[in-house]
Amino acid sequence: MRLRQWPYVILGVLALAAPFLGLYPVFLMKLLCFAMFACAYNLLLGYTKMLSFGHAAYFGSSAYVTGWLVTLHGWNTLEGILGGVVVATLLGLLIGAVAVRRQGIYFAMITLALAQLVYFLCLQAKFTGGENGLQGIPRGSLLGVIDLGRDRTMYYFVLAAFVGVFALIRRIVHSPFGQVLKAIRANEPRAVSLGYEVDRYKLAAFVLSASMSGLAGSLKALVLGFVTLSDVSQGTSGEVILMTLLGGSGTFLGPAVGAVIVVSLQEYLSDLVGAWVSVIIGAIFVICVMAFRRGIVGEIQRRFEIFTGAA
Amino acid sequence: MTTVFGVPLPAILGQLMLGLVNGSFYALLSLGLAVIFGLLGVVNFAHGALYMLGAFAAYIGLQVFGVNYWWALLLAPLAVGLLGIIIERLFLRHLYSVDPLYGLLLTFGMALITEGIMRGIYGASGKSYPVPHALQGGFNLGFMVLPIYRAWVVLASVTICGVTWGLIERTRLGAMLRAATENARLVQSFGINVPVLVTMTYGAGVALAALAGVLAAPVVQVSPLMGSSLVIVVFAVVVIGGMGSILGSIVSGLVLGLVEGLTKVVYPEASNIVVFVIMALVLIWRPSGLFGRE
Repeated sequence: MRLRQWPYVILGVLALAAPFLGLYPVFLMKLLCFAMFACAYNLLLGYTKMLSFGHAAYFGSSAYVTGWLVTLHGWNTLEGILGGVVVATLLGLLIGAVAVRRQGIYFAMITLALAQLVYFLCLQAKFTGGENGLQGIPRGSLLGVIDLGRDRTMYYFVLAAFVGVFALIRRIVHSPFGQVLKAIRANEPRAVSLGYEVDRYKLAAFVLSASMSGLAGSLKALVLGFVTLSDVSQGTSGEVILMTLLGGSGTFLGPAVGAVIVVSLQEYLSDLVGAWVSVIIGAIFVICVMAFRRGIVGEIQRRFEIFTGAA
Repeated sequence: MTTVFGVPLPAILGQLMLGLVNGSFYALLSLGLAVIFGLLGVVNFAHGALYMLGAFAAYIGLQVFGVNYWWALLLAPLAVGLLGIIIERLFLRHLYSVDPLYGLLLTFGMALITEGIMRGIYGASGKSYPVPHALQGGFNLGFMVLPIYRAWVVLASVTICGVTWGLIERTRLGAMLRAATENARLVQSFGINVPVLVTMTYGAGVALAALAGVLAAPVVQVSPLMGSSLVIVVFAVVVIGGMGSILGSIVSGLVLGLVEGLTKVVYPEASNIVVFVIMALVLIWRPSGLFGRE
């Protein structure tokens, strides 16, 4: 087995054994959902260098739609997830079509503003429950056979979904389509001059990222059983950027590592320091940007390559 | 009573006045953003947080040191401008050579820190700041009562915007600034100290945000989160106006404030999304913004 594959093997074994190691399953599932969200986000930021500042819109709207379908319309779990993902995909198509008309910081500002639009729609719409959000979302069962109400069963379901998304992202990045995305990241004008319809590729990446973010949101709604406005808010959009940046944008494992760190920090610190947790999050942001732009996994990979002489 | 579309005229004029007040804040904030972006190439996400600090500086000044409104108008922008200078020197300066996205991310982190600290100290609830004596009450125009303080906010910010525009377009300092925006290295080789110019520009842009904060303190609740959603609206305003354009940012700020006020009369549910909808439409029609060149 090649040296590079070892991290995946170790992480895989750890992930399979995690519920038996005394860790709280709901917390583990929350980690997986945010890790999936960050990996989906990384497809955009890491491989296409498009800084979307409004990814909570897809995460949150999908969570709302799934919650609403499952709780109030009696859809089964898989149908509910599918409904959420479809809405997130359509929303991504709509917002992406407007946003890819501009590049760089303009793109960031436009995605931010349109995500705020989605936030206000969720605040005012009837089906989201406004300020209260949706509560008591049932997990249901898988095709009427496997009951997902048990935390351990649900954990393996979420883990399977995460592995699926992770593999899909790897496949996308290594495909010819992914190569074009990397070409756009490296030099957009040159990609244009080579005859690629850059805007279409960017839109495709955007929509893919939005639908996978939607899946993460749907699963999170089912895992925790509630959806609130904070799931579609600017804060969540900022957090997913931080996870990706901290772990290492443009690396496969980085965003997942970043998600684990950020979510754990929030979980443990919010009891200790209350409102000051956003100061800590902001400080990590500043440190990442000033001194640590490769992220944790990016730094490790670079050291490793220098060490083994492969560059 | 005169009505338009079944809404009494005084109600419409009242909402338009409120819209114009909001538009004044949009104009001041987007002007600062445009000036900073022009020279530094940085989208200052901390603009909303620094606006909030301006309002808090006025509030703390009054509560703790007994500094009145008029002194606050001068001192709060100076203090926040100084903070801006420190931020530029310590942090932003090191990011000019890398992708401009990092400037956005840095200032986003700064905004989180600033808002977090203020929330940690003062809590999330709003504080009220009294309208200064000289500006209390209102003019009776016959068809409506015009609150003096609101009229003052509009007058003051239009004047400040005009003066800033004149400074940039009509003075030697402004000429240097515009030249450095165009080609910083060439201007440097003429013996102008561009790094100092850059630092001062950031300080001045941020001071404008703080000034808007002081002006806003008596009409909105002073709270740690007062700037966090405002800054997103201002981003949309700047995208609509066209990022590089100074005049565009002032005009679109005022106009969009009015449009928002009008929407509150016609269809209140849409009032907080109308600016974003207009932004999307403008982008489809003219991707570089109404006043932008590209």
